[in-house]
Order: sequence, then structure tokens, then C-alpha cells
Amino acid sequence: MPENKRTCLYDRHLALGAQMSPFGGCEMPIQYEGIVEEHQAVRTACGVFDVSHMGEVNISGRDAERYVNHIFTNDITGAPDGKIFYGMMLNPEGGTVDDLLVYKRGENNFFLVINAANIDKDVAWIRSNAEGYDVEIDDLCDVLGEIAIQGPESEAVMQEVLGISCADLAFYTFREAMLDGEHILVSRTGYTGEDGFEVYAPHDVIRHLWDELMESGRCAPCGLGCRDTLRFEVGLPLYGDELGEDISPIEASLGIFVKTDKDEFIGRDAVLRQKTEGAPRKLVGLEIHDRAIARHGCEVTTPGGEVIGTVTTGYRGISVDKSLAMALIDSRYAAMGTELAVKVRRKSFPATVVAKKFYKKSYKK
Amino acid sequence: MSKTYFSRTHEYVTVDGNIGYIGITDFAQNALGNVVYVDMPEEGDDVAAGEEFGAVESVKAASELISPVSGAVVESNEHLIDNPRLINQDAMANWIIKVELSDPSELDALMDEAAYKEFCATEGAH
Repeated sequence: MPENKRTCLYDRHLALGAQMSPFGGCEMPIQYEGIVEEHQAVRTACGVFDVSHMGEVNISGRDAERYVNHIFTNDITGAPDGKIFYGMMLNPEGGTVDDLLVYKRGENNFFLVINAANIDKDVAWIRSNAEGYDVEIDDLCDVLGEIAIQGPESEAVMQEVLGISCADLAFYTFREAMLDGEHILVSRTGYTGEDGFEVYAPHDVIRHLWDELMESGRCAPCGLGCRDTLRFEVGLPLYGDELGEDISPIEASLGIFVKTDKDEFIGRDAVLRQKTEGAPRKLVGLEIHDRAIARHGCEVTTPGGEVIGTVTTGYRGISVDKSLAMALIDSRYAAMGTELAVKVRRKSFPATVVAKKFYKKSYKK
Repeated sequence: MSKTYFSRTHEYVTVDGNIGYIGITDFAQNALGNVVYVDMPEEGDDVAAGEEFGAVESVKAASELISPVSGAVVESNEHLIDNPRLINQDAMANWIIKVELSDPSELDALMDEAAYKEFCATEGAH
């Protein structure tokens, strides 16, 4: 195993006393003060995350739009500059290579943000499918850092602490700017269900912005622990849990990001078939009628004990005081209100199929 | 007079006569963070020294409970069902199960408080 990478903020995390752990091949902060405190900071005020483990790839050149449309499920045709799309790259069987964001920078110029654990695989995938397309593929993963400023006060923090005006930036749009003589990219995006921003910049700029945010006392440093509880409560998927090479976005209930009316993209035939005929499995929310927590890998059964699926993520909710889970199950049992059960260690607990948005998002649209 | 013994997996047993009160140590609760659920055996269940008898769950993960002694469960701490955070507030006072010891000689394999403190100091140094 190669040694884990470190982000440009590694020494800051140690100085703050963070609990560190490897994630996606990178040594990352899991928590500083505590998952619950950090989760609440994002829901009620402002939190900042080091998400420099994420990967960035730029695709430009004469065929860039046509090529991104070829590997991406969402439709970027004719999009205005500054717009961001969420979607997936699929394998020919309809399984998910990765879920990602595509930023349209200009005509035939796109910036892709991919998951840390998939960087090597994705870059190889993007390069290997480009034959016959006139595109330039730039791997920026080791050049750029990224921080996420999230929570209801994030717009004010961006303006008052960092001097970056974002009031006119709409949800899922971005702007490029110069800061400290360096090129940066600021988007109104996030992974928490709250209003927020993500900043991509060279390492020196990221360190400088982080230090200013810490010195201001206006936002709490937040680790990947609460990033996961926050995204879970609003029903957002995590690659490796709700998505994978053997899980299609149709099964994961993400069909709206899969534009099968596009002429062509890798995996289109397979997902079109699932859209019309129905997928054998479906991702659902479960409410467990006990304090017990069904975690990733726990079996989901009928009340009679027949195994019909597995839990993908489960927590005792923080903003919602219930034991909740997302689970990939046989779609015949996926109707809201269906009574099921989950197995946790040696016991079985009753559970009900519910909407997987356990907590209401508050994006600024 | 009661006496408390400690295991290398960070459980304690406070022994009073042939009754043992088993819980997790302050070191363990601190490492776990906010406890959100305690999975406990029921009255009448048997527990065995060195074997799993339940779990303490924090937001992030489940941590197995390993019994320091063998015996029959006389009572599980029902206060922890609705208020698992009692363990964070005072881990030593909020025992998880009360057992009737079947083999008090097992206590010889456990650490006393001084030895356990030293053990935690070396664990923390990693």
C-alpha cells in the first residue's frame, strides 16, 4: 500500500488537535471538537471543511463539450458559462464509475470535481475514453486545494472575513477570480444541505484563506465525520456507500441527473433499460423503531426474516432524533410505508420505508 | 468494601461480594465521543470473560463490549436506554450490566487502577 497523501492543511489540522484518519487515500481530519458540535455549527451558523482530498480535472479543446457529454450522464449542451452540473460517469453496464460535478468555464472548457478515492481510476477512465476526441485533459489534483464554507452564515463569512462577495452567486453557479495574484474558483455548492460555498485554489491561497477563517472565530473547523452526518440527513449519496461500480444511478434514485434523451453517453443503453423496465433494486430511507443503529452492511429483511437488501449508511440522526438508514433493497419492497426489519449484531429491529430526505435542505436558490 | 478492576479493552468491573458492575472506563468514553446507543444483554443472559456482550455506539461507529468476567446478568442499566449520554457524563458511575460472578478467580487476570492508568498512558502515547 502506498503511503497516504496529506493535504496542504495537514499541519493546521494537527495544531487544532484533530482526530486524523485515512479517507480516500488521504490523511484527513475526522473531527476537531466533536461530530455533534461541528454538525450543529453547520446547521445553525458556519463551518469550514478541508476537502482538498477531492480531485480536479480540466477538459478543454475543440471536442470538449462533445466529450464531456460522452462520459457524463447530465446534459451540458449549450450551457451558459459559470453553470455547474451534478451527474455520473457510468460503465457500459450502467454501474457508476464516479459521481461528480462539472463546471462550465467557457466554450469547450470544463472543470470536473471527482471523489478522492476514485482519482486514479477516474483519470485513467477519462483518458482511455478520449480516443478520437480532440481534447486536452489536465489532472490538477496535486496542484489545487479546496475548502468548503457551509451554513446559514456562510455568505456573510465569505464577504466579511475573506472579502469575497457572493451575494449575486446563484446556487450551482461559480465565478473565477484573482486572489493574492493567484487564480481561484468560487462556487455556491456543498455537501451539507445548507447554503454554502466551495473554493478551489493553489495550496498557498488555501492555507491563507483557512488561517483567516480560523482567526476570525466566525466558523468552526469541521471534519469528515460531520460531513457524512450532514449529507446523510439530507439524503445525499456517498460513492462507496450509495453508489458504486455495481450500483446504477437509477437504482440510487438519482435518475433526474441521467439524461437518457441525450443521443449518446457511456452506459446509456443500460440505464435507459432500467428507466423503462424498472431497476431490480432501489435506494430507500428507513426509520428504525428503536435506538439501535443499522450501519453500512447490515442486512435488511422482510418482517418474516427473508433478506432483501443491505444498509448503505446509517446513523442516529443529529438534527432529527431518530435511528435512520439508507438501504439498497429489492424494489418490490420499496414503497413508502412498507414494514421491514434490519439486523444489527444478534438482534432484529422493525423498520419502515420512509423518504430518504430525513432533514429539509435549506439551499439559497 | 468494593474494588474496581480494569481490562485491556477498557471495561471495568466493580466487585461487591459476588456481584460485579460492568461498564466502560472514562478513557474509553472519551475516545468514543458522544454515546448515542448502548446495546445490552437482558436479565438472565450469560456473559463470558473475554467475550462480546453488547456494544456502545458513538455517532461515528460501534464499539464492542468485552466482558471482563463470566457470570449471569442480574440487571442491565435501563437508564441508558433513553439516556446513553450518561456514560459520557460519568462512565464509572453509570455501569452497563450487573452480573453475578461465576468465577471470581478471573479477577486476578485484570488490572487494578494504578496499573490501568499506566496502561492508558502507554496507549495514549502511540
